[in-house]
Amino acid sequence: MELGPHAAFIVGSYAAAALIVLALVGWVILDHRAQTRNLRDLEARGVSRRSARQAGKPS
Amino acid sequence: MSLIDLANPSRFLGLATRLIPWLAAATLIAAVVGLQQSFAAPDDYQQGATVKIMFIHVPSAWLAMFVWGAMSLSALGTLVWRHPLADVAAKAAAPIGAGFTLLALVTGSLWGRPMWGTYWEWDARLTSMLILFLMYLGIVALWRAVDDPSRAARAAAVLTLVGAINLPIIKFSVDWWNTLHQPASVLRAGGPSIHPSLLTPLLVMAAAFMLLFVTLHLAAMRNEILRRRVRTLRLLQASSAQG
Repeated sequence: MELGPHAAFIVGSYAAAALIVLALVGWVILDHRAQTRNLRDLEARGVSRRSARQAGKPS
Repeated sequence: MSLIDLANPSRFLGLATRLIPWLAAATLIAAVVGLQQSFAAPDDYQQGATVKIMFIHVPSAWLAMFVWGAMSLSALGTLVWRHPLADVAAKAAAPIGAGFTLLALVTGSLWGRPMWGTYWEWDARLTSMLILFLMYLGIVALWRAVDDPSRAARAAAVLTLVGAINLPIIKFSVDWWNTLHQPASVLRAGGPSIHPSLLTPLLVMAAAFMLLFVTLHLAAMRNEILRRRVRTLRLLQASSAQG
């Protein structure tokens, strides 16, 4: 594939796209891990929501 | 499951958890097909191979505006209908919208240098897109600055609706003012003016970007619901420790 004299601009654009998409995906995954870990820690300490207690199961 | 059922965060969490893997797979497939078509597409007769930048620049610019439009609908949901998931949706969308706007600015700049001879020009289209990016950052900062989610939601909703004024300015800036940026060539009266050999990969890439947004948005909404549960439990823990 021939990208011509402006190849650096084309490759740079696609690299920027990859970087930003990976950053967004990474943010969502890491945030999910952090929130589920926080919830697990709280439940392990016996803190649970009223609705979860009423349902007789952990939230 | 009806739409009203989704107002229940627990039901929404269940649905999101089931949908996210399928949406991620669909995004991946659309991106692979779109990238393959983009790199197989012919060079433009004027712009040469730099037209390949269009396949990521245009979808990211569309999404940058679409996400703010979606946030504006969510803002109405917060202020008018008080839908319990409206502010969750708005808060989750803002960083993703900021990402797409940044990508549109960076790729536009990298496309502008070889085609216009400059990375940046303070003209109406570029400046209004930069303002959109700054507004996204402002919304993200506002959500972080106010501790109470319901107070933050109302403030962010008002700011979002005020900021929506910028959307028609971005869209019609190329018609209202003299600008280096070319006028609309896809979403225009009279239909697209792009040759099908370039339009098809552009639309496939736009579909991939839209699927990416839906996937990331659902995942970020799920995270936000979990974050609020953590906050509630910590408040419960603190109040029981005091009592």
